[in-house]
Amino acid sequence: MTKVTMTVNGKSVSAEAEGRTLLVQYLREGLGLTGTHVGCDTSQCGACVVHVDGKAVKSCTVFAMDVAGSEVCTIEGMANADGSLGVVQQAFQDHHGLQCGFCTPGMVMSSAALLAENPRPSESEIRHYLEGNICRCTGYHNIVKAVLAASGQDAGAMAAE
Amino acid sequence: MPKDTGIGASTKRREDLRFLTGRGVYTDDLSLFGQAHAVMVRSSVAHGRIVSIDTAAAEAMPGVLAVFTGEDFKDVGGNPAGWLINSRDGTPMREPKRPVLAHGKVRHVGDAYAAVIAETYAQAKDAAQVLADATVIEELPAVVDMRAAVANAANRVHDEIPDNLCFDWGWIEDNRAAVDAAMKAAPHVVTLELTNNRLVPNAMEPRASIGEYFPGTGDYKLTTTSQNPHLTRLLVCAFVMGIPENKLQVVAPDVGGGFGSKIYHYGEEALVLAAAKRLGRPVRWTAERTESFLSDAHGRDHVTKIELGCTKEGDILAIRTETLANVGAYLSNFSTATPTFLHGTLMAGPYKVPHVYVNVKTVFTNTAPVDAYRGAGRPEATYSIERAVDKMCRELNLDPFEVRRRNLLTPDQFPYTTPVGLVYDTGNYQATLDKAIELADVSGFEARVAESAKRGKLRGMGLSTWIEACGIAPSHLVGVLGSRVGLYDAATVRVNATGTISVMTGAHSHGQGHETVFPQIVAEKLGIPESSVEIVHGDTAKIPFGMGSYGSRSLAVAGSAMDRALDKIIAKGKKIAAHMLEAAEGDITFADGKFSVAGTDKAKSFGEIAFSAYVPHNYPLETLEPGLEETAFYDPANFTYPAGAYICEVEVDAETGKVDVVAFTAADDFGNVMNPLIVEGQVHGGVGQGIGQALCENTSYDENGQLLTGSYMDYAMPRADDVPFYTVDHSCATPCTHNPLGVKGCGEAGAIGSPPAVVNAVIDALHRGGITHVAHIDMPVSPNRVWQAING
Repeated sequence: MTKVTMTVNGKSVSAEAEGRTLLVQYLREGLGLTGTHVGCDTSQCGACVVHVDGKAVKSCTVFAMDVAGSEVCTIEGMANADGSLGVVQQAFQDHHGLQCGFCTPGMVMSSAALLAENPRPSESEIRHYLEGNICRCTGYHNIVKAVLAASGQDAGAMAAE
Repeated sequence: MPKDTGIGASTKRREDLRFLTGRGVYTDDLSLFGQAHAVMVRSSVAHGRIVSIDTAAAEAMPGVLAVFTGEDFKDVGGNPAGWLINSRDGTPMREPKRPVLAHGKVRHVGDAYAAVIAETYAQAKDAAQVLADATVIEELPAVVDMRAAVANAANRVHDEIPDNLCFDWGWIEDNRAAVDAAMKAAPHVVTLELTNNRLVPNAMEPRASIGEYFPGTGDYKLTTTSQNPHLTRLLVCAFVMGIPENKLQVVAPDVGGGFGSKIYHYGEEALVLAAAKRLGRPVRWTAERTESFLSDAHGRDHVTKIELGCTKEGDILAIRTETLANVGAYLSNFSTATPTFLHGTLMAGPYKVPHVYVNVKTVFTNTAPVDAYRGAGRPEATYSIERAVDKMCRELNLDPFEVRRRNLLTPDQFPYTTPVGLVYDTGNYQATLDKAIELADVSGFEARVAESAKRGKLRGMGLSTWIEACGIAPSHLVGVLGSRVGLYDAATVRVNATGTISVMTGAHSHGQGHETVFPQIVAEKLGIPESSVEIVHGDTAKIPFGMGSYGSRSLAVAGSAMDRALDKIIAKGKKIAAHMLEAAEGDITFADGKFSVAGTDKAKSFGEIAFSAYVPHNYPLETLEPGLEETAFYDPANFTYPAGAYICEVEVDAETGKVDVVAFTAADDFGNVMNPLIVEGQVHGGVGQGIGQALCENTSYDENGQLLTGSYMDYAMPRADDVPFYTVDHSCATPCTHNPLGVKGCGEAGAIGSPPAVVNAVIDALHRGGITHVAHIDMPVSPNRVWQAING
């Protein structure tokens, strides 16, 4: 076991990790940040997406040691400083973009990464970008609407109820 | 003007705040002091005799605390089937024992025959591999294909069941001769053989369980991913482990989706409890996704021949079906009800068809157990009927909209007794059909066909009109049908001294939004703010004995129980108010949160009455108990019957066979709608799953029983770019006539009505494109299958 240090949600943290410890295990078991979920183990479902140095990364497929020293942001770091929901989070609530909530952290992190790259994505750009995040509850309708709304676009006009 | 609070308001979900900030607490998020980790050792062959398991090497591995095998559970009970079905000849179904861990034989790939408990997950996993290597299993021929299972009596999944049949069921057997005669006399008979593809429910949260044992009291605690913690407790206690129910607490915390797969009790739950007791430590287990594919109960998997007798004008005269339904290697808890009473009873659809007969043979195979998955039997019935009706239209050159109109029950026919044993209470199927036609812009379809053609695409439109039976279920009826349990539900409404309210409900929310919707109903009824109401669910130590959430039953059954309990609260409040206001009880009215003396301005607020109930200084103690807390159990008088009309538009690329769903319209009748935002979300999700079944999802076993689709790299889940925006409507509402909220249930509709609409649209596109030799394509209608059909 080795002590691995990185910055998570703006704070310098360290926890013990084996060589085989995945970033998601480091976050969940080492730091107790259980908002990041494991849904598939094969990099397919995206429930584990976090930001590493600003990029969306599937934390079930990265060794913790490989990102030592990086800046990591998780779902726990997405709210505003006063604790209120961030823009993407608020749009997900406003548009009922979540049901069971299990894929939601990954969806929010991927959506935020998309909007950082592409502030006004089209519907098809959103659908294409979120291809790596599986949701079993929503049929994606309200997720896409939420991302449109978070980018300042009129989701209601583009998506029929 | 939309309401902004109470019944009918699109209240935003309060539970979202924790889910959106990473503060949800799912089973695997819990970390307990002293916890040990379990890893299951699963069969790599579909069928085999366990010759020997040498546990010594695994036990000697670093960190290993215990090894369990089937031997450790051979004297405890089996995980039972919840419904006992008789065959047509009256003989009872075969119910082989389903042990906690396989003993003697393994019967499907993924069948757990041992478990390793270690200090860390990684140590348990390492030792599980060593144990697997030290196990000798003599492989036996696998029974995989249902037809072969029935035909070849030499291969047996269970040695004591010679023909691999669980039962051979006829519904309704007494009607058979009349149906046969009607079919023979029919001017035209449509015949269709189809497969309802096997699906894996794939809740995004894999199953997980944590067992605890408290030696000081002898109490157990099971934290588990369950849709119905009380049912799990009942099964663990009364059938499997023999623990008194009052010594086991079952908690289902935040649960990441269920879709049926988390209704059932699974062996891992018994394993972690037994291990916790032996070790004196909490023992946890979480499935990897591939374990979920291998061991969660699967869904659907029917092979059906449907015959539909009709006039040349398209009046349906008779329906007859023969189905082989796969139950897998063991009976899961609802697996015998799903292909029978959730399937055969719906085979009249929404139509005035006089003669219906359904035959279902359930077949054991060396595959994972198959049980209820979103819709559960009703999607299979709907798919059979709606594909056959579509084929009838094509064979007789009839308009599918007009044919539906000819056959749909009309509003004046309710209540309507079907030839398959149900009594539909109310509906207006023409209204939802008309609404769907309007919203889907059917009149503009030909122009869209032309537009698609310019881009080289074949455009098609598919329709389905469907009905389901929800609000499961009247206990007396399901008892007659073979259920081992009642299917009522329960609620306790606790008014706290300061006027806030806690509702303990037997329903369980794993995405449905009960924490938001149930308070809307309480707020409406009591005239208090939604924010004053809190819902407690998912913990047998806190909630009354309820049956949980599945079958679109939460509001219809548990919501009705809550409504009844609120009635009792109001009735007691009137007694308290009468005393405080020095009036006769009969003169007290309750409205807008106030108890008033009729015809006067004398009134007490709900809060004042609550306070008086708990601080009874001015209170009729000689005739009335203090406190304000009421429980109601509600047993529905009938099923509820949501219904609707779905229209799908697809574009087919005839070069590649790729199908795109370009528009989807759902017009549903759910009765009264409590929260439109949430209801629409339920339909979106159901339709998404239905499109998944129709276009991409399939569970594939090879001839040796190896699961070929054991991860998301092989099993094609629908993704965001596989589906369009949906148009959904629930304005054509005919309230349920027999529950107090007038609700019918909305959770399964989308998954029931959508697959035939999609497949009908694909066939329509091909025919419009001149490819008229394709009468049917089995789901999933993948590019490969479409291309093969076109070029076959």
